[in-house]
Amino acid sequence: MTPALPETLVIEAGRAERHYWRDLWRYRELLGFLAWRDIKVRYKQAVLGVAWAVLQPAVQTVLLTFVFGTLARMPSGGVKYPLLVLTGLLPWQLFSSAFSSAGNSLVGNAQLISKVYFPRLLVPLSALAVALVDLAILLGLTLPILLVSGVAPTWRLAALPVFIAAALLIALGAGLWITALTVKYRDFRFIAPFLLQIGLFVTPVGFRTDFLPNWRDLLALNPLTGVVNGFRWCLLGGDTDFYVQGFLASLVVAALLVGTGLWYFRKTERQFADVI
Amino acid sequence: MPDDIVIAAENLAKRYRLGRAPRHDTLRDALAGGARRLARLWRPRDDGAAADEFWALRDITVEVRRGEVLGIIGRNGAGKSTLLKILSRITEPTAGRVSLHGRVASLLEVGTGFHPELSGRENVYLNGAILGMSRAEIRRKFDEIVAFAEVEKFLDTPVKHYSSGMYVRLAFAVAAHLEPEILIVDEVLAVGDHAFQQKCLGKMEQVAGAGRTILFVSHNMAAIQQLCGRVLRLEQGRLAGAGAPGAQIRDYLGASTRSADRVRNLAGEPRGLDLRGGARLLSVALAGSGGPAPWSLSFGEPLRLEFDVELTRAIPTCELGIGLFNLQGQEIVSTLSSWERELGPLEAGRYAFTVEFGVLDLAPGNYRCGVGLKSDRDLEDYLPEACGFEVVPATHGRRPTPTGIRGAIAHQARYSVTRI
Repeated sequence: MTPALPETLVIEAGRAERHYWRDLWRYRELLGFLAWRDIKVRYKQAVLGVAWAVLQPAVQTVLLTFVFGTLARMPSGGVKYPLLVLTGLLPWQLFSSAFSSAGNSLVGNAQLISKVYFPRLLVPLSALAVALVDLAILLGLTLPILLVSGVAPTWRLAALPVFIAAALLIALGAGLWITALTVKYRDFRFIAPFLLQIGLFVTPVGFRTDFLPNWRDLLALNPLTGVVNGFRWCLLGGDTDFYVQGFLASLVVAALLVGTGLWYFRKTERQFADVI
Repeated sequence: MPDDIVIAAENLAKRYRLGRAPRHDTLRDALAGGARRLARLWRPRDDGAAADEFWALRDITVEVRRGEVLGIIGRNGAGKSTLLKILSRITEPTAGRVSLHGRVASLLEVGTGFHPELSGRENVYLNGAILGMSRAEIRRKFDEIVAFAEVEKFLDTPVKHYSSGMYVRLAFAVAAHLEPEILIVDEVLAVGDHAFQQKCLGKMEQVAGAGRTILFVSHNMAAIQQLCGRVLRLEQGRLAGAGAPGAQIRDYLGASTRSADRVRNLAGEPRGLDLRGGARLLSVALAGSGGPAPWSLSFGEPLRLEFDVELTRAIPTCELGIGLFNLQGQEIVSTLSSWERELGPLEAGRYAFTVEFGVLDLAPGNYRCGVGLKSDRDLEDYLPEACGFEVVPATHGRRPTPTGIRGAIAHQARYSVTRI
């Protein structure tokens, strides 16, 4: 049921919806419900629930610290290496979990899509919510760790939402592509985890870019580089540099991803029910 | 559009691409297809499309007035569900246009979006939101929904622990409390027990009485007759007839029961996509009937069905399953060949399968017969409406039709009286 106003709706072959964005707004409550369902189910089903959200980054912190800090002896710029890794993992976790759940979202909700109408964009959007909750849990644990380690929070913390939003936008843009492509070509189910594996190493999660001037601009092409640097700048205080041009590049790439992702999603969305 | 027309469809058509059995394209297919398209640039005339195309719906033009309850009937694959999916915006027509005036709610399946891990209470909210209700609306109707479903005691239990009856009741209850101008309902009465079906029908009558428009698809002819003011009859994607329910139902049943051909060809019947297809039902015949027409049977006569089956490969085991349904869509008789004996192993080739039911004492009326064929691996072929037949009252013969029959089977039991 399209909520509110009884009006005339015309369905015609090959015609884009005129009311697309207004429909999306009208169905905003459903967005909330879908997100709520995903969060609820995630923490209800898994016995370890919250522990899962913590365990994985904890193990990764130890491993990456060992590989990059102890073995490779990468420069840390005076920051304790585990803290460097931990603050890099926060945005990475946010991105990778948002990206993979958005990427799987349409096929995961195939039953819904073939039986009821609603703006399909709600499905990948709602998938971002679980990633945000996971981030909130991690952040809640990271801040005390930073305090105990002698890194006091500064006013820069206020800028964190900007970087969170940037990470979500990048995940959404890439997720829209993957999820729409997966509807038609199931191969993309395998491509997303593969991309994430590569991503972990081309994103400065286990190292920092400000000591690698030769590579800095190349790394900045990866939109997550700017986000990771931004997270560190917010959380680690004075010891880190923020490369503004790098973050601007991130924003440009993010905008491109979201723009083209939306374009492809909308182009294919009307056939979802037929091929899913 | 005149004021009281709420749905106006013009020349609606829907084409599906079929052919290759796996429904999901792989990247390799797309790449190969790209190469083929490229090659076609040199031979632009040959588009080779028609082979794997299938028109699920063609040239449907229909107008529905406000407050009308419109039934849609037709065999499986006739395009009923496709039409509903287009009207509820789930899928897009390939050609044609529809104008809808008013809010549309569609109920194509009971419990769409129910999550087994969530409680009954949570699912009411989730399902309501999916069907298009606002949070405030659901909260307002919550008690009414729960009372209708009769699940008060289990509201906080995850629905995975519900019995199927409770599940269906709760799901229908949510949908029944939608208040759209246009309600689209597909075959939801197939589930649930008789009492609940009646309750659902009652609710729909009430909704219709409130001046809302209902589009209703069902195989339950009694429900169609009871509820609908007008009926559309679809046949192979086209509009075969429209008008008063009685006449349309008669024509629909007549298509199978009043056919003059003794053998009904099944090879061309549309089938589901999940079949293995190693065995195929080619035709069916109602054999040795004592009725006045090929697809009729006198009351009290033995029922025998003959199937012509083609096996494209050898199968080690073979199981034939048959269900007889009444007009209400209830299964009256079911039988599996494995209850009696093992039919396999069978080499590839053509076989005649004969099924002797004996005297079933079916009450006079129309029946529909569904047939499935299973191998050791899976369902090979399945036709939910392989044929229909009519049991006519017998005026002479072994056993004249008794009076006062209720139910589907007029069983003649043995009685004795002893003084104690």
